[in-house]
Amino acid sequence: MGLRGVIVLVGLMGTTWSFNATTIRPEAVSTDTFARPETTEETTEQKGAVAEEEAVEDVMATGELNPSHYPAQRAAKVVQHYLNTRYGSPYKLFGLKQVQSGNAEDVADSGRKYQLDISVHEIISDTKENCSAEVFFPRGVKQLSPQVQVSSCEELLKIDANSEEEALYQQYKTNKTLRTEKRLPDSYGHIDPEMTPFWHLGIVASSFIMLNESTENTLYNVAQVANITQLTTENDQLKFDCHVLLHDMVSQEIPQWKMLFTWSPAGGVKVLHTEQLPHVHDCEKHPKTN
Amino acid sequence: MLSVVGLSFVALLLTVGALTLESDRAEYDYFKYHPMDEISSWMVQMEKDHPDVVTVVDYGRTYEKRTISLLKIGLKTEAKKKAVWMDCGIHAREWIAPAFCQYFVRQILHAYKTDDKMAAMLTNMDFYITPVLNIDGYIFSWKDSSTRLWRKNRSPGPSGDCYGVDLNRNFDANWGTVGVSSNCSSNIYCGTGPISEPEAQAVAYFVGSRKEDFLCFLTIHSYGQLLLIPYGHPNFTASNYDELMTVGQGAAEAIWRVHGKKYTVGTSPDVLYANSGSSRDWARMQEIPLTFTFELRDNGTYGFELPEDQIRPTCEEAYSGALHIIAYAHDKTFNGAAAAAAATLWAVLLAAGVSGANLM
Repeated sequence: MGLRGVIVLVGLMGTTWSFNATTIRPEAVSTDTFARPETTEETTEQKGAVAEEEAVEDVMATGELNPSHYPAQRAAKVVQHYLNTRYGSPYKLFGLKQVQSGNAEDVADSGRKYQLDISVHEIISDTKENCSAEVFFPRGVKQLSPQVQVSSCEELLKIDANSEEEALYQQYKTNKTLRTEKRLPDSYGHIDPEMTPFWHLGIVASSFIMLNESTENTLYNVAQVANITQLTTENDQLKFDCHVLLHDMVSQEIPQWKMLFTWSPAGGVKVLHTEQLPHVHDCEKHPKTN
Repeated sequence: MLSVVGLSFVALLLTVGALTLESDRAEYDYFKYHPMDEISSWMVQMEKDHPDVVTVVDYGRTYEKRTISLLKIGLKTEAKKKAVWMDCGIHAREWIAPAFCQYFVRQILHAYKTDDKMAAMLTNMDFYITPVLNIDGYIFSWKDSSTRLWRKNRSPGPSGDCYGVDLNRNFDANWGTVGVSSNCSSNIYCGTGPISEPEAQAVAYFVGSRKEDFLCFLTIHSYGQLLLIPYGHPNFTASNYDELMTVGQGAAEAIWRVHGKKYTVGTSPDVLYANSGSSRDWARMQEIPLTFTFELRDNGTYGFELPEDQIRPTCEEAYSGALHIIAYAHDKTFNGAAAAAAATLWAVLLAAGVSGANLM
């Protein structure tokens, strides 16, 4: 870059430093909006700015996508959550390996559709396969869940974990004693081997929430399964109550959810009830506030 | 009689053995996570074990009045030295980062005695390494299992009823413009103003008062397996963007060669999200040419609670990546004159050859 270019850049930077807080970039506001439902901070100016920013984003994230950039990565993560809801089990868990290519296009005024070629990893058997997927993020006043379709992923989904799943199922069907004592993983990343299938189950159940909550402005992973408790088996389905901590990379928040779900080898995971817990302010633990 | 002699002999051997044992073989486990008091003791021990090379430097205070310290590592010379900055643990829950800083220190202290390249680098440059910058936050994340995922520092908010500023949004680099929240409850709360936080002030003052010396500034985080280059604000491109990308790709390649892990290289707005007020951006604005954010393992499976059996491989690959950047910075500065002269000579010869060919 020539000297003139450097001077221009320095000049630009100098100008920015004199900006005041009312020119907060819309992306900051939209992050805030998606991260915490009870935002009270938005001013009319910021709301207007959000619309502007989304228009800019539309232009940028349409057409062929750079596979290592965030739009394709976030959409691909949604595919991971979808695969786990449909095919995940205590012995089958899917991870995103790589995005090979991606494409995005607007669909009238109803939302944006992504087409992705990704490689997916079944973590427990350490198998990889290439898949194609479509993710549709609906746009609207009410936040709706994305819709996912996956194709050419059949080999991965045929992975046989039946004997392990059946053994676990039989073990706990009549022996309703599961109640985790430690978080999964614990602070040191450790998981008791006997608890590992329930960690997987917690992730699979969480995937329903992560799938529902995902937008183009989120990137969810399970931060930790705080606890899982087994309840009475119902209709031949193992039934569980669990408390999970999710991590949204974009807002850096840790949303907490409680869930009621069932599982059997034949039925897969079915979520019966979910409830988001309020954002915990650590001041609530301080004696002086009460 | 003989047994008494035997016992005394054994005792003598043991004593001699203990004296000649290098203290850094005295069981500090670099592949376990350590609480703050152990890290502080380790820093003091490093200085004791390598008094000619390592100095503990106190350079600030946290909100809760704890001393922020770094290890200054370098061989003493008369010449003016350049500098490398590395900080770990700006975000409390990213435990693998402080683990890496400690590992990095161990590695360079082992390497320089036998590796000429490292010896040269420690002769020409001082390494300033802060194992834990956000000490209050780190200690809080060790308190119990419910605090493990704390991110920010521990200063009380404006009304004293919510805690913590995201230190990596608090630096004076397009502060408060993008990828932040003005709400104290948010994990990306940027504070009441640029470098409102004592931890950020410590870095800004120490590095700022020596900024011409610094060749590179590396800030270590987790997770995501990324190497991020400035700037976090989508409207600004670093003047040496191409160089940063090239060096970054080289570092990612070096990382991949160790254990096959893929790290993505790019600006934050491209590969992660837009943000402002990061220490990396601030450092680049001080004209420190090579500034990188490392986001270590993993990709979300364990996230912040990376298993201890992954500490070693993560540190090994990150060390390789960091060294690539540091060696590049060093060679550009200290072999640069010779390389530039050689390049000019070749250019002249080529030009003469071409014009000669045209004339014929």
